[in-house]
Amino acid sequence: MRVHVAEIWEYRELLDGLIRKELKVRYKNSVLGFVWSMVQPVFLLGVYTLVFSILGAGFDDFPIWLLCGLIPWTLVSTTLSTATTSVVANQGLVSKVPFPRAVLPLATLGSALVHFVLQMCAFGIVLVIVWHPVDWSYIWLLPIALLVTAMLLAGMSLVLATLNVYARDTQHLLELALVAMFWANPIVYQYERAAVWFKGQGLPGWLPLLNPFTSVITTFQRTIYGTARAGEMQLLPDVTQWWYLRNLTLVGVLAVCLMLLGLFIFDRAEGNFAEVL
Amino acid sequence: MDAIVVDNISKVFKLHENPVHSVKERMLSMGRSKYREFVALEPMSLSISTGTTLGILGHNGSGKSTLLKVVSGILKPTTGQIRLRGRLASLLELGAGFHPELTGRENVYINAAFLGISRKEIEKRFDDIVEFSELDQFIDEPVKHYSSGMYVRLGFAVAVNLDPDVLLVDEVLAVGDEVFQRKCLDRVRQFQQEGRTIVVVTHAADVVRQVCQRAIVLDHGKLVADGAPGDAIRIFREHLHGTLEEAAPQDTDTGPLKITDVRIHHPRSAERKYLEPGEPLTIEVSYATDRTVEAPTLSISILSLEGQAVFALDLDLPASGISNLHGSGTITVPFTAVPLLDGRYTLSLRLTDRHDADLRVARDGRDEFEVLNPGAARGVAALTLGTVSSHA
Repeated sequence: MRVHVAEIWEYRELLDGLIRKELKVRYKNSVLGFVWSMVQPVFLLGVYTLVFSILGAGFDDFPIWLLCGLIPWTLVSTTLSTATTSVVANQGLVSKVPFPRAVLPLATLGSALVHFVLQMCAFGIVLVIVWHPVDWSYIWLLPIALLVTAMLLAGMSLVLATLNVYARDTQHLLELALVAMFWANPIVYQYERAAVWFKGQGLPGWLPLLNPFTSVITTFQRTIYGTARAGEMQLLPDVTQWWYLRNLTLVGVLAVCLMLLGLFIFDRAEGNFAEVL
Repeated sequence: MDAIVVDNISKVFKLHENPVHSVKERMLSMGRSKYREFVALEPMSLSISTGTTLGILGHNGSGKSTLLKVVSGILKPTTGQIRLRGRLASLLELGAGFHPELTGRENVYINAAFLGISRKEIEKRFDDIVEFSELDQFIDEPVKHYSSGMYVRLGFAVAVNLDPDVLLVDEVLAVGDEVFQRKCLDRVRQFQQEGRTIVVVTHAADVVRQVCQRAIVLDHGKLVADGAPGDAIRIFREHLHGTLEEAAPQDTDTGPLKITDVRIHHPRSAERKYLEPGEPLTIEVSYATDRTVEAPTLSISILSLEGQAVFALDLDLPASGISNLHGSGTITVPFTAVPLLDGRYTLSLRLTDRHDADLRVARDGRDEFEVLNPGAARGVAALTLGTVSSHA
């Protein structure tokens, strides 16, 4: 496996090339190009603001709360769905050209990360324009959250891409799983509401944290939304940065395990890809 | 020193009767999964020393591409292992990873990255690549606007400008027009002079004769020959021959005049099936007729495998002193020399009576002979060369 990792490292330029290729192809023949990546969150924010000003939102600045969860979630869902099909979609290459196949799912993660960074930049600009205060004492948690997410996604991508070579059901199952996972994350609702509900059922309140993406999304919300409360309403637990750091660390441990598992499975299977496809 | 060592490699494919691609089918077929084993490569060992150009000959399905895929690491061998020295570039497909929407320039970088080459290195060689491909006017156009010839030219240009120690090539030397093909072959020769190792997979014996120092022949996954290109080509042809003979058509002549047998002899037919350029050849045509053939004509055409007549003649037999044919007999046609180069040639025979249209019989493609050239000359005709000299 160490050989394998070294080989992927050797092909890092291919990884870089594939990420560039994916981004270039996505915005080829469009005038605005990568600006489209940035337009999306701004547009969503506008639509949500309009919609919730009519419907009446649960709490203040609800559209911003929504985007704090939605942008990281988009990273997760696009990475997983494109990485799953990445090996199968490149059959021609896999059966004709020798290169470490892990580059294919990792490249989809890379391009989703670039997309994510652009969206966050656009979101940042909007936050400045509407003069929404973020919590600067939490901001150092964001790079950690992003790193942990990337590692987690890398491990999951390797596993899913391998499974999909052997059974194409994986990609269809994943579509359904992503819908369910969206609602398993406190994006539209608030973390505290889920925690309180679980406690009401006589279950421990930390149960939502079993979903590793919850730790990531709550970190983004606490930092960018900037507060754990909206008026009278408790949105997130009344805790310090250390609670978030602890959660992210646990997710990090899980991510490392998943990456090792992913590399192990991929390593075992990739020699057969050209044959099975 | 060996650049490639193939150590007891074999490859067995599991052929599923219905390819299983879904969980449901996988569950249903669990335990009693239905598959046949197909031996694509029987265990073989081979070492290729640095600087050698090796040709792998074999007809379709002989396992030659499988061997190349195993050597390049695309397929995992069932048994054995491969040891390689130096950087390997494998050209199983030209223009790997090309994206139609991207320009030639952008695709050069991606293609090179697939072959494991760094951006820096490509930048250094970029001008050479463009020059070799002759696409300088189109390099910033999306490759979707390229013709298929331009596409493969660019792919080949990247591959041969990458400085590999070991180059694996699969049937790709036959790309582009004649001028570009010559350029490709020139580049292969330059690689040879630079001491690089090249492995060429092909079913074109001509390519092997032109560029290889050593050749192996695969037949149904078995290594059946390993040696000098001339010998390997002969064995390759014999194996091809073997498979063709089984499919020979049946005799359907039922007219009053029949060709009952045709025999082809050359002075050394006893020891070898083929003749060498310039050797004599005798064709014996046996006939049987119910009626007397008053004005017999025997037409002989010698056709190349492409169907082109390299020789055709209508023999007016009475002029040769054979006034008529009756009963049965044999006409002997001796050629004192056959100045042909490599190839298999088939006979097309017509025996007719100029006065009686009912008395006619044809025999096509059933009789053949083969010429194998031990020398280095290529082409169709064995022209005779005198002494080469030089005057100051």
